[in-house]
Amino acid sequence: MARKTRTIKVDYLARVEGEGAFKVVVRDGAVQSAELSIFEPPRFFEAFMRGRAFSEAPDITARICGICPVAYQMSSVHAMEDALGITVGGPLRELRRLLYCGEWIESHVLHVYMLHAPDFLGYAGAIDMARDHGEIVKKGLALKKAGNDIVNLVGGREIHPINVRVGGFYRIPGKRELADLGETLKSVRDIAVDTVKLVAGFDFPDRSRDYTFVALRHPDEYPFNEGRVVSNRGLDIRVADYDRHFEEVHVARSTALQSRLHGGSYLVGPLARYSLNFDRLAPAAREAARDAGLGTTCTNPFQSIIVRSVEVLHAIDEALRIIETFEQPDRPSVDVVPRAGIGHAATEAPRGLLYHRYRLEEDGSIAEARIVPPTSQNQPSIEEDLRDYVGGWLDLDDEALQHRCEQTVRNYDPCISCSTHFLKLERIEETSG
Amino acid sequence: MSDASVMIVGIGNPDRGDDAVGRLVARRLRAMVGPGVAVVEHDGEAASLLDRLAGARTAFLIDACVSGAPPGTARRIDLGTDAGILPDLQFGLSTHGFGLAEAIALGRALGSLPPRAIVYAIEAGSFETGGGLTRAVADAVGTVAKQVAEEVMQDA
Repeated sequence: MARKTRTIKVDYLARVEGEGAFKVVVRDGAVQSAELSIFEPPRFFEAFMRGRAFSEAPDITARICGICPVAYQMSSVHAMEDALGITVGGPLRELRRLLYCGEWIESHVLHVYMLHAPDFLGYAGAIDMARDHGEIVKKGLALKKAGNDIVNLVGGREIHPINVRVGGFYRIPGKRELADLGETLKSVRDIAVDTVKLVAGFDFPDRSRDYTFVALRHPDEYPFNEGRVVSNRGLDIRVADYDRHFEEVHVARSTALQSRLHGGSYLVGPLARYSLNFDRLAPAAREAARDAGLGTTCTNPFQSIIVRSVEVLHAIDEALRIIETFEQPDRPSVDVVPRAGIGHAATEAPRGLLYHRYRLEEDGSIAEARIVPPTSQNQPSIEEDLRDYVGGWLDLDDEALQHRCEQTVRNYDPCISCSTHFLKLERIEETSG
Repeated sequence: MSDASVMIVGIGNPDRGDDAVGRLVARRLRAMVGPGVAVVEHDGEAASLLDRLAGARTAFLIDACVSGAPPGTARRIDLGTDAGILPDLQFGLSTHGFGLAEAIALGRALGSLPPRAIVYAIEAGSFETGGGLTRAVADAVGTVAKQVAEEVMQDA
């Protein structure tokens, strides 16, 4: 009998942040291989941060990603403060959480409405979807804008915020500005509630795996900036012990290193955060999740769109709580004195755990920097999803199977940063005059 | 949201070589147009760009592009009359996935583009990180700024 080989190959993945490709090979009805190729720039950042001042880290690392710059700023300032022996608490800590709420809203809403929803509603992309569902898309844009407004006010501008520093902020928003922001958030809160209902009604492939979930866990809070690194397999460690349990390995097909926990794959991001921290969600977010049919854990990655929507509602309620209870601090930042040291931090980027480690010289210059972004950590898990799930879809024709594979990758909202942009044109008349 | 009825938006990443050209044209135009015209720089992210354009009657959008033409070549596209000239792009066809092309397509689908929108697309030669403008593209800055300024005067 002739051997039959079927290859599903996508050289350019649409609706992910940046550039990626994947290839799945099926032979005689069995998946032979599933490979995801991505490019992540942080390795270069690690190299060129050496010799720079500790104080430059938040502004430099914010440049790693246009979608989640706050996460990079937060992990870097916390790691620096760890190295320098500083604790930032009270209103400054609250303001950092508020800023993080903004980024989650921006990033999650973009993915839910523009990148992921078209998969479920049967459109090639958000533009096609907008033609038939204009009101839905407009609501999504309004919700996303509320996130932009938070980052704009607290971070100083919408993309690559500039107001964050080691020790706190450069400028604290005024009472009036925060009150106005609160009104904006209240005005879109119903959209966040409706978003959970909307996406809960989508048709989800019945797929799940026994994932090793990894996320931060904090005694009182749904995690943004702080907590222990925990898993559903009993891991419960200080962030400073991250390197004793996790390792990065190089694979030839990708410039991004892949992370392993005790030699195996694991999953970070909304599913992991939710499943390990359901009890820390805002009450309305918990209720919305239950109404959407989710349990206290979620192991179907296609339902990550519901979890993201629940986290958006949580972020709005958390932002409102912070604004309503905020007390203006005496100073925008605490004093920082350089010293030699090693600092670690992990925070929860929208896509999952983001680990930073720095070694500083006595003058505060950076001797070593290490950054482990969430998409690197999820890369093995994405490939395992493809390997596991494709076998059940082999009755689909190539086009439908390819779409399912793309959707399987998009479940992760992979962030493959890309900092230039241009408009592609095919045929344009020369300008006259 | 803007109160200005005429808006000029220079789009691009200031640190990626010729991608900065839209912003540089906008900066040049600040000194050339009256106070009633809003001149802004933008990174080009589609959703935010659409929001920025809300309320404008006329928008001039200046961005770098790649089409295979010689670097520095400038094209003018009136989105009202040259609708067929821009290909019908989907998200993800440009490297950024969410740039000006998507903003235009999304704005059209939602009916939220300004009533009059003119794109000036300047052919880029290099997107090198940290690089300056290539010479031909730098030469186009003044030419395009002058052309936009004249159009703004006529529009007033």
